[in-house]
Amino acid sequence: MNAAAVIRHRLFWPAAVLVLLLAANVFFTPGFLSVELKDGHLYGSLIDIARFGAPLILVATGMTLVIATGGIDLSVGSVVAISGALACLWITGLDDQQSTAGVLTAVGIALGLALFLGLCNGILVAGIGIQPIIATLILMVAGRGLAQLITDGQILTVNSAPYKLIGGGYWLTLPFGVLIVAAVLAITAFLTRRMALGLLLESVGGNATASRLAGIRSRGLIVTVYAFCALCAGIAGLMISSNVSSADGNNAGLWIELDAILAVVIGGTSLAGGRFSLGGTVLGALVIQTLTTTIYTIGIPPETTLLFKALVVVAVCLLQSPAFREKVLNRRRRRPQSAPASADPKVKVPA
Amino acid sequence: MFKRMSALLLVGATVMTMAGCGSGGTTSASQPGSGGGDDKITMGFSQVGAESGWRTANTKSVQESAKTAGIELKFSDAQQKQENQIKAIRSFIQQKVDVIAFSPVVESGWDTVLKEAKNAKIPVILTDRAVDSADTSLYKTFLGSDFVEEGRKAGKWLVEEYKDSTETVNIVELQGTTGSAPANDRKAGFAEVIGADAKFKVIASQTGDFTRAKGKEVMEAFLKSNPDIDVLYAHNDDMGLGAIEAIEGAGKVPGKDIKIITVDAVKDGMQALADGKINYIVECSPLLGPQLMDLAKKVVAGEQVPTRVVTEETTFTQEQAKQALPTRQY
Repeated sequence: MNAAAVIRHRLFWPAAVLVLLLAANVFFTPGFLSVELKDGHLYGSLIDIARFGAPLILVATGMTLVIATGGIDLSVGSVVAISGALACLWITGLDDQQSTAGVLTAVGIALGLALFLGLCNGILVAGIGIQPIIATLILMVAGRGLAQLITDGQILTVNSAPYKLIGGGYWLTLPFGVLIVAAVLAITAFLTRRMALGLLLESVGGNATASRLAGIRSRGLIVTVYAFCALCAGIAGLMISSNVSSADGNNAGLWIELDAILAVVIGGTSLAGGRFSLGGTVLGALVIQTLTTTIYTIGIPPETTLLFKALVVVAVCLLQSPAFREKVLNRRRRRPQSAPASADPKVKVPA
Repeated sequence: MFKRMSALLLVGATVMTMAGCGSGGTTSASQPGSGGGDDKITMGFSQVGAESGWRTANTKSVQESAKTAGIELKFSDAQQKQENQIKAIRSFIQQKVDVIAFSPVVESGWDTVLKEAKNAKIPVILTDRAVDSADTSLYKTFLGSDFVEEGRKAGKWLVEEYKDSTETVNIVELQGTTGSAPANDRKAGFAEVIGADAKFKVIASQTGDFTRAKGKEVMEAFLKSNPDIDVLYAHNDDMGLGAIEAIEGAGKVPGKDIKIITVDAVKDGMQALADGKINYIVECSPLLGPQLMDLAKKVVAGEQVPTRVVTEETTFTQEQAKQALPTRQY
C-alpha cells in the first residue's frame, strides 16, 4: 500500500490524532508508554486508557449500530446510571456481599432492566414512529430520575469482591472490563460483518421504506439495535459503578451519550445512517479517553480543560472532513500567496 | 391520524408520571398556608434537592430542629432547579409565612423574587450557599460553612504534620467542580496556609468534579505522571475515596505512603479515616438546623443578627473518627 492510499484511508486522521496525543504524552512524561507488571496485573498509563475507555467503547458500540439505522439514542447515560444503581441496591440487600451467585443475580437483574428499557426505546421508535431523538430523550430525562429513585438520591456503597471484578478487577493480568469489551466487540463484529446483519442495518439506515419493500423486517431490526444499545450501556454502567464500588444516581454516566456520539462521529460513521464502522468507533472512543488522560498527565488547568478538548475535537472533525480538506487544498492552489508561510507543500493530501 | 396522536399523548402522560415519581414532588409548598396570624412561627424552606448524603442530612436536621423549636416548617424540594425554587418562594410569600429560608441552587438571578419578599416584609435567611446580589438588604443573614476556613484547617494540619521535616513535600490536589464556591475557596484557604513555607509544593491540581469515579481516574493519572507524591488534598470525601482505590491499585498504602486530607466528613469518609486510609478530615457540617431556627426566631422578633453566621464545625483525626463513627448521623 503506498503512502497516498494510507492517507486516503477512512481511519487515517483519527489514528493520526491518537498517535499525536500519545506522542505528546511521551514528550511530557517520558515513561508514559511503559507497561509493567505490578501485583500480578499490568500497570501503566496505556492500561488506564483502555480500562477507563472500556465503558465508553461499549456505549459507543451500541450507539454505532443505532446510528447506522439512522437513529440516535440519548438515553444511554441514564441507562448507565440505572443499571449501576440497581445492581448496587441488590448487592447491598444481600446477606453475604461476597457471594458470586448473589452478584450474578444482581448483574442479571440490572442487565434485564437495561434490555427492557432498550426495548421500550425501540418500540417507541419503530412501533409508534416517534422521532428517535425525542423517543430516547424521554428516557434520558425520566431515567435519571429513576436512578435517583433507586439510590434514594444517595451514593450506595458496596463491598463485594466479585462485583469489584467487573470494572476494577483483573483476569490473566488484563483488566476484566477490557476483556468484556473485547468479547462484545468480537460478537458484534462477527454478527454484523460476517453475517448479513450489518448489511441489513445499513440498508434500513439508508432507506427504511425501500428496505421494507425489499423484504427486510426493518421494525424488528430497529427494536433489536435499541435493545442492544441499552444492553451495552447497562454493562458499561456495571463497569463504572463496580470500578468505584458504589452507585451514584446523579453523576454516573452523565453526558456519556455525547461522548459516545462523538466517538461514533470521529470514527467516520455517518449520522444520517446507512454506513458504519466499528473499528472507527473504537478508535474514536480511544481518542476521547486518551485526550482526557492527556489533560490530567500534562496538567492542563481545569479552567481550560473544556476549551482544550473542544479545540482538539474540532481539529479532528475538520481534518476528517473531505469537503474541508478539499476546500483548503483548492484555496491553496488558487491563491498560493495567501497560504501561511509555514505551510509545507508536501502535506497536501489528495482528497 | 387520530389514533397516532392519542398514542403519543398516552406515552407523554406516562412519561410525565414516571418523571414525577422519579424525583419526588414539591408537595408541601402548595398546601394552603396558615402562617401569619397565630403566635407560632411559620418558616418556608426551599432545599436544593437530595443530590447527596450531605444534603439529605441537611434536610433532616432542618426538619427535626424545626419540630423541637416549635416552628411550623413548609418544606419544598427544588430538585436542583432555580425556577422551582423561585416558584416555591413566591408561594411562601402568598401564604404569608413569617420567615423564608433557602439554599440557592445557583448564585445569580435572585434579585426579583427577593425584592418581592422584601416588599411583603418577609425576612429571608440564606443557608449553606450564598447569592451574588449587590443589594445585601434583600436578605437578613447568611448561615453556612466558611469554605476558605476549611481549606485553612486542612493546610494547618499539614504544616503541623511536617513541621520537623526539611524535605520538599509533594502535594497533589483534587479540586471540586470547576468554578463552584467550595472548590475555589477550599483551594484558596489551603494555598494561603501552605504558601508560607516553600517546602510545600502542589505538583498537580485537577478537578475531580466531587465524584468518586473522577477522583479515581484523575488520581491514576497523577500517580503515573508524578512518581513521588507525599500528600493528597481532596476537596471532598468522595474524591478522596476514589483516589484511595487508585493508590491501592498502584501498590501503595493510602494513609502511609501517601497522606490524605479531605473535607466533609460523611460516613464513608469517616469509616476510611477510622480504618487509617485517610489521615485527616475537615468537617463541613450539614447539621445547621438548630442554628437556623435560632436565627429565625431572632429575625422574626425583630432582633439584630450578624449578616454572616458560620456553621459550628470541627475536624477529625483517625482517633477521633473511631470515637465519633458509631454516632455519626450521615
